[in-house]
Amino acid sequence: MLAVDIEKRLGDFAIKVAFESTGGVTALFGSSGSGKTSVVNMVAGLIKPDRGRIALDDQVLFDSHARVNMAAHRRRIGYVFQEGRLFPHLSVAANLDYGRRMSRLPRDEAEQRRIVELLDMGHLLDRRPGRLSGGERQRVAVGRALLMRPRLLLLDEPLASLDSARKREILPYLVRLRDEAKVPMVYVSHNPGELRRIAETVVWLDGGRVMKSGGLELLDQADLDAL
Amino acid sequence: MFDLTPDEWIAIRLSIRIAIVATAVALPFGIAVAWVLARKDFWGKSLLGGLVHLPLVLPPVVTGYLLLITFGRRGPAGAFLADNFGIVFSFRWTGAALACGVMAFPLLVRAIRLSFEAIDRRLEDAAGTLGASPFRVFLTITMPLALPGIIAGMVLCFAKALGEFGATITFVSNIPGETQTISAAIYTLTQVPGGDAAAFRLVVVAIVISLAALIASEWFARRAGMRYHGD
Repeated sequence: MLAVDIEKRLGDFAIKVAFESTGGVTALFGSSGSGKTSVVNMVAGLIKPDRGRIALDDQVLFDSHARVNMAAHRRRIGYVFQEGRLFPHLSVAANLDYGRRMSRLPRDEAEQRRIVELLDMGHLLDRRPGRLSGGERQRVAVGRALLMRPRLLLLDEPLASLDSARKREILPYLVRLRDEAKVPMVYVSHNPGELRRIAETVVWLDGGRVMKSGGLELLDQADLDAL
Repeated sequence: MFDLTPDEWIAIRLSIRIAIVATAVALPFGIAVAWVLARKDFWGKSLLGGLVHLPLVLPPVVTGYLLLITFGRRGPAGAFLADNFGIVFSFRWTGAALACGVMAFPLLVRAIRLSFEAIDRRLEDAAGTLGASPFRVFLTITMPLALPGIIAGMVLCFAKALGEFGATITFVSNIPGETQTISAAIYTLTQVPGGDAAAFRLVVVAIVISLAALIASEWFARRAGMRYHGD
């Protein structure tokens, strides 16, 4: 379970967010500039909150009172970035293996094969990221984050940089991932349609605050608001 | 006409040895200083940047003289190193390497710093989320991505060290077989009657070595750059 209760000032923008995620796929929903990416960056340990507490299962990742701030590389939280962020000097295979090597996990061929198959990347392994299409790149980014055996997977608008045909190509993989990989996920998106396919609970952010949280029915209201 | 005399060979070999040692010893310091200047903010940062670049703007004679009074036999650093580690700089080829390294240091730092600054730091964040400690991020992401710039800096450093004249001759003089590099030998030959032919031979050698270094660096940089785009 992920429990977040944090405050952060970024220039004129103030974030004050509290929510819990009890497994499955939690959507962080909101328009651009609502603070979604900053929140997941704080969960990942890439930005430090000013105040508050973040806990994953029974481990405290951040607590301003207890002066706990675990370094990002010790958190074991997988992160799929909007732009993939594959390492350009490494092959796809080396990108996929990077998290395992750096987290000093034993080699697990079966798990590797399973993820490569799940994301359909077998024919890409020898290529460099520069030679991948946008959709392939995001699949590799998802695989790379999964292969470090994360306790939690953060996906920050993983489809936003793709055109709608590519989105339709990747979304089924993510749904398969949700059903087969059993890793809790926080899925950031501003797109209700996408979230309906993948999310189970919704946390709706607006202006750095949680406006509402609940089930997928919140997304219907978002559609109405957009009209 | 193009038979190099043994004395000329000695000067050539000495120059190359001095330039290689100067580059090799300067490299780890250059990487460290470039990284600090590219990534850290601290009080006195512009002072450090200024000090590093000083040899570029000071008259070489001044740098050589400062080295002489610091690293000479009676200089504070020179006496300490000689007494405790047996490292002597004054009037030795090691002193020439020190002078060349100091003079070339700004070029080395500048090239490496620029390549550190050009790296997408979001890749380093991504490596962190995959479990890499900051030091391992540096070794596995930052250094490989900066490699073309590091190679370019090394070649600049080598070329500058090869041609350095003013600081070297001020610090360790112009002793054949010990501190007389190609540049110093050319200078000496132009001061004596009938030295033109020998000076010309050394000039050609200097051009050939410098060109070879440039071509080699282009080749290495292209190979390193290809790894970002090719298969």
